[in-house]
Amino acid sequence: MQPDTVMTTTIEKRSMKYTFSTVCRGLLALMLFAAPLAHAQLVVEITRGQANAIPIAVVPFGWDGAGTAPFDVAQIVAADLARSGRFAPLERRDMIDRPTAGSQIKFQDWRYLKSDYIAVGKLVSTGGDQHAVEYELFNVLNGQRLAGQRIPSTTAGLRATAHRVADQIFEQLTGIPGAFSTRIAFVSMDGTPPQQRYKLIVADADGENQQIIADSAEPLMSPIWSPDGQSLAYVSFESRNAAIYVQALRTGERTRVSARAGINGAPAWSPDGSTLALTLSRKDGDLDVYTLSLATQVLTRMTFDAGIDTEPVWSLDGKKLYFTSDRSGNPQIYEVEVDNSSKLRRITFEGSYNARPRLSPDGKQLALVHLDSGNYRIAIVDLGSRAVRVLSQGKQDESPSFAPNGATLIYATQDRGRGVLATVSIDGRVTQRLAARSGDVREPVWSPFPARQ
Amino acid sequence: MRMTQLILVLASAIALAGCPKRSTTVPEGAGASAGNQGAATAGAGSGGAQTGEQLTAEQAALRELERLGMIIYFDYDRAEIKPEYVSVVAAHARFLNGNASRKVRLEGHADERGSREYNIGLGERRAQAVRRALLLQGVTEAQITTVSYGEERPAAAGNDEAAYSRNRRVQIGYGQ
Repeated sequence: MQPDTVMTTTIEKRSMKYTFSTVCRGLLALMLFAAPLAHAQLVVEITRGQANAIPIAVVPFGWDGAGTAPFDVAQIVAADLARSGRFAPLERRDMIDRPTAGSQIKFQDWRYLKSDYIAVGKLVSTGGDQHAVEYELFNVLNGQRLAGQRIPSTTAGLRATAHRVADQIFEQLTGIPGAFSTRIAFVSMDGTPPQQRYKLIVADADGENQQIIADSAEPLMSPIWSPDGQSLAYVSFESRNAAIYVQALRTGERTRVSARAGINGAPAWSPDGSTLALTLSRKDGDLDVYTLSLATQVLTRMTFDAGIDTEPVWSLDGKKLYFTSDRSGNPQIYEVEVDNSSKLRRITFEGSYNARPRLSPDGKQLALVHLDSGNYRIAIVDLGSRAVRVLSQGKQDESPSFAPNGATLIYATQDRGRGVLATVSIDGRVTQRLAARSGDVREPVWSPFPARQ
Repeated sequence: MRMTQLILVLASAIALAGCPKRSTTVPEGAGASAGNQGAATAGAGSGGAQTGEQLTAEQAALRELERLGMIIYFDYDRAEIKPEYVSVVAAHARFLNGNASRKVRLEGHADERGSREYNIGLGERRAQAVRRALLLQGVTEAQITTVSYGEERPAAAGNDEAAYSRNRRVQIGYGQ
């Protein structure tokens, strides 16, 4: 009885803070509340950067408006670039000048400070809640102007706009689209067995702006983003059996899409968003991969082996599924054609344990969990050459997920017995750790790129 | 259970008055896992129609099962019932055969190593191994439900074999 009481109190407390709309939808009677966390729970720490990180000066932006500037755009831009590990932003205290437009830059000074690039700009009030963020990017060595933009933004949108500026600078200088405007979803777990609390959380890629999506005394697992980034599918044991739910992030509207007898697990969205691949065990306990059309509810069986077949992921064209199967005696990755499930091919042969594949954004590689001399580590398998490259160095690394620009992987690992998240650049040179202040965090999934208006 | 339901109804009413916005607190239902319920709820829900003697007999039988064991442990990456647990499973089969209206819930679990959904598969395989053993000894399909929690509901925290061996298990639970 105790947990129910505690939960009710929490809801009452939280609901006082918010005004609610009057329309309630969804298949279940849900207890829902907007729940931004009071403080950032994830602490991001760069554990290994690139030795030859590019020196750049991101000068504090000017403010063209009344009073003081509502937001420090340059600070977010510099922090994003620093976290990528590819850039070494100049400390503000070392800046001898604060230009806010290209015409004010004395390039000689910045060459003396050994900055290769400089970004300057200002925040302009355009009336009421409206602003414009203006920035310019220059090559310090030759004074060439590389980029310049004016981006309109509301006050509340300034953080997102700053991430967008960082995305553009990153792409201009590396050739890779920045992924600073993206988000991550993950599962947190607090408490000790058997009294545990599970939360599904969404945060900005820098760990800020966290929102609780679902909160339960029963396990939550296997979150995955819809291709449009508007919804999450996940597994919840709230009914004391596994069921798959789809929840829209903006409205909280939630649909139970599969609660069949036995296991309902490992949801994976098709690239066009119309279909979920999932794992069902039905009554006999034989785990197989199926596809489920979200519009028609038509269920199609994809695998027929008596072993464990699970963890499906779609190919980019939606014509194939990669999945884990232990039909050979230990878990390995296979692919099957969606339109012809008799066309099956084994993908991995190296090592005795390869599981939970995730496809790279270019469709050419799989990230997976690979048993590497007694340690479960994140590895990349090239689908062309079949070469296996181990990227992580932990003992129990799992749940790899690619950033949508393909440059970084996020995964779950352990630090002194606690579950934490880590990122590694695809070349293995830059690593980062994201730890919660308390409890375990795991099953990180990187969102797609946000839609641009 | 009535208290739980009342609280849930109240909580739902509060939530519905407040309406969906982004985040979900999941209804907690009968939150306790099968292993925790064990004999504590056994018999209590059978209602007043039965005589006191019958309740006592069933309760005594459940106490004896609890003493024998409500948890079957497994080896790493294995789902075979080890010899030392054969008699435990047989005792549960005898109880279910003698109490045809009783239902059993088998919760399969795995240790934390490896990928999570694959471990759901391992937990399921263990729950199915116990289910099959019960079926072979005359228990009916209708009496058995299974669920796999994989590594999501460990019995013991920790990252060593001592914890792992306690987590690779099937918990046997009798509800109403």
